[in-house]
Amino acid sequence: MSLAARYLEEHAIPTVVFGCARDIVEHCGVPRFVFSDFPLGNPTGKPYDLDMQRRVLSLGLDLLVEATVPATTVVSPYEWSADHSWKDRIFSKEQPFLDPDATRKWLEDKERYRALKATGKI
Amino acid sequence: MPETSHVRYIDKTRTYYQAEGYGTPYEWAHFDHTPFTPFASVGKPLSRCRVGVVTTAEMARRDAEPDPEDPRRLVYSLPTDVPVEELHSRKAGYDRHATTLDDVDSYLPLTHLRRVVAEGRIGGVAPRFQTIHFEYSQRKTLAVDAPEILKQMRGDRVDVAVLTAI
Repeated sequence: MSLAARYLEEHAIPTVVFGCARDIVEHCGVPRFVFSDFPLGNPTGKPYDLDMQRRVLSLGLDLLVEATVPATTVVSPYEWSADHSWKDRIFSKEQPFLDPDATRKWLEDKERYRALKATGKI
Repeated sequence: MPETSHVRYIDKTRTYYQAEGYGTPYEWAHFDHTPFTPFASVGKPLSRCRVGVVTTAEMARRDAEPDPEDPRRLVYSLPTDVPVEELHSRKAGYDRHATTLDDVDSYLPLTHLRRVVAEGRIGGVAPRFQTIHFEYSQRKTLAVDAPEILKQMRGDRVDVAVLTAI
């Protein structure tokens, strides 16, 4: 996603990225970034909180127009919850990121992709 | 030690997958230089700009037969004028322990974009949005996916783009 934003920007389309993985996006470097300190999944506001979603989008539209230098990050003022313990459980043994079915599918997809690549079909 | 600042996903995934027995850690993309197109270069106010939309949310229509899996994982597009209730995400990689993808507008703000069009804040929304898959091959993203998005956006006369990462 960050690579696509960079590509569009190199081709004269100003971009704004909304995301929740600040370290990954900033490690890559994107022109404009609205960061929500939320669990992965809701980069444009909490589910069913329409007012918050509207405001987060608005932050991004302001940033599109107002940013003057690349790699400008705006931090959304919203907190997921007063309790930050969800952050500690991410990618832990007790709480695997993908469920077993999704993990199996991911591994199968990877093998299919490799096979296509090996035969020159990609 | 509780986390009090943002999650370090790069460190966490490295530790997690090494413990799971995977070999070389994934090299997240990194560049010293970040490109930048100043908004002024678009040459018109936001209220006259057409906004393109890209997401990693692997969107699909609820009413349609699911497409067969595309092993090439190419960029695909869907119309932006569908009510979000008719869309859903097939993405498995999100924090399923802490949240849900049940509300499309929490990761693909089509309803809110339509509203800001009605309010006159943006000129319009592109007729289709693109889904891009997360790829382990950064080369594929840059050589195949990103050029396809650009091609579609140019075809749709997009001026500025909003990208949402699950």
